Amino acid sequence: MATTVKEEFERIRSTEVWRTIFRSGSGSSNLHRSQAVQQNIFLHLFSVKVRSRALEFSPTWYLGALTLSTFFILIATGILLMFYYHPSVPQAYADMKDLQFVVASGVFLRNLHRWSAHAMVFLVFAHMFKVFYRGAYRPPRQFNWVIGVFLLLITLLLSYTGYLLPWDQLAFWAVTVGSNIAKAVPLMGKQIRFLMLGGNEVNANALLRFYVLHCVILPLAAILLVGVHFWRIRKDGGLYVPEKKQL
Amino acid sequence: MSNVKTQEQTTGEIAKDCGCKDSSRREFFAKVGMGSLIVAAAGTGLFSYEYFSPNVLFESAPIIKAGKPDQFPAGTVTLDAQSGIYLINGAKGFYALGAICTHLGCLTAWKPELDLIACPCHGSRFNRDGVKVAGPAPQPLPWLKVWLAEDGNLMVDRSSTLKEPEYVKV
Repeated sequence: MATTVKEEFERIRSTEVWRTIFRSGSGSSNLHRSQAVQQNIFLHLFSVKVRSRALEFSPTWYLGALTLSTFFILIATGILLMFYYHPSVPQAYADMKDLQFVVASGVFLRNLHRWSAHAMVFLVFAHMFKVFYRGAYRPPRQFNWVIGVFLLLITLLLSYTGYLLPWDQLAFWAVTVGSNIAKAVPLMGKQIRFLMLGGNEVNANALLRFYVLHCVILPLAAILLVGVHFWRIRKDGGLYVPEKKQL
Repeated sequence: MSNVKTQEQTTGEIAKDCGCKDSSRREFFAKVGMGSLIVAAAGTGLFSYEYFSPNVLFESAPIIKAGKPDQFPAGTVTLDAQSGIYLINGAKGFYALGAICTHLGCLTAWKPELDLIACPCHGSRFNRDGVKVAGPAPQPLPWLKVWLAEDGNLMVDRSSTLKEPEYVKV
């Protein structure tokens, strides 16, 4: 009767239900392992095999993975904050203060969201500097660099749109200044500002527009491009790992 | 086999007969399809622009009732932060300036100890005539149209700026 944990796990892995979800089934041959990666919608983005050198600290400093981690934290905490925040002029500031002083763990989640946002911007820049100075943007990885530039822009826009949501003085004037910078675009600057704010001044329409951009449109765009970005790593031959220099 | 004609041969013959350009049915429909997609995309763009431009806005009206002239003692600069204007009782009479900085749109403030209007965002400074004396602002503060209404109130129209200084004598 004494079954080890390993045997029990093997038994579960060979049940019919498990086999309908994970078709590769039990077994630890190279074929099984590669099928386990290929047949999983999340894992299939990644290579079946990587060089052990690519998993070391020095080639990447894990900056891309750390950026992804902050992004996951931002999604999780952001969804939780949405349960208490109303994007309306009379309520937005009060809801933000409620999250700080009334809601259980609210101040923790809000601060986690805020610091992760700062960390993500820092990590995106660090990641890009690392890729740039390593020369990892060079062929065949040019297109993935371009996707990365778009992801940088989305990250900055997420920061900018999120900045307005507390609806305090800092938020109001920062977005006033930012939308006036957008107005400096030649020929269509006024129209861009009008569309951005949904009016001529930073008001209820602007708050709602920034909220929808921050919580729906920009995150969806980021998730889509992050998916392509990771898939391209595999398609472009794995992470860029320079040969170790012989000393 | 020899009397069976391929499609290209047939189209070629028709083309010769009518003297028109050689274009197959497939190419024609591909062009029609691509054209309708372009028209639909342009329409979607136009409708989106229209949809995202509000037709009715609940923003404050450009014309403001500033108050009775005796509320503004001689030589004072008074900020109405709600409407973003200064009402100034100068030596030559009343006049109004827009209080929104011409640099990036922050609300400026009157500093009586400096006798200057100062912007908190990027440090632009203006004198009481709206002329820039320091900072990044590219334009002076605009002069706004002021008049005395029949009920004795000073009125300011934020939407009409003056090219030449005009004063209202009371």
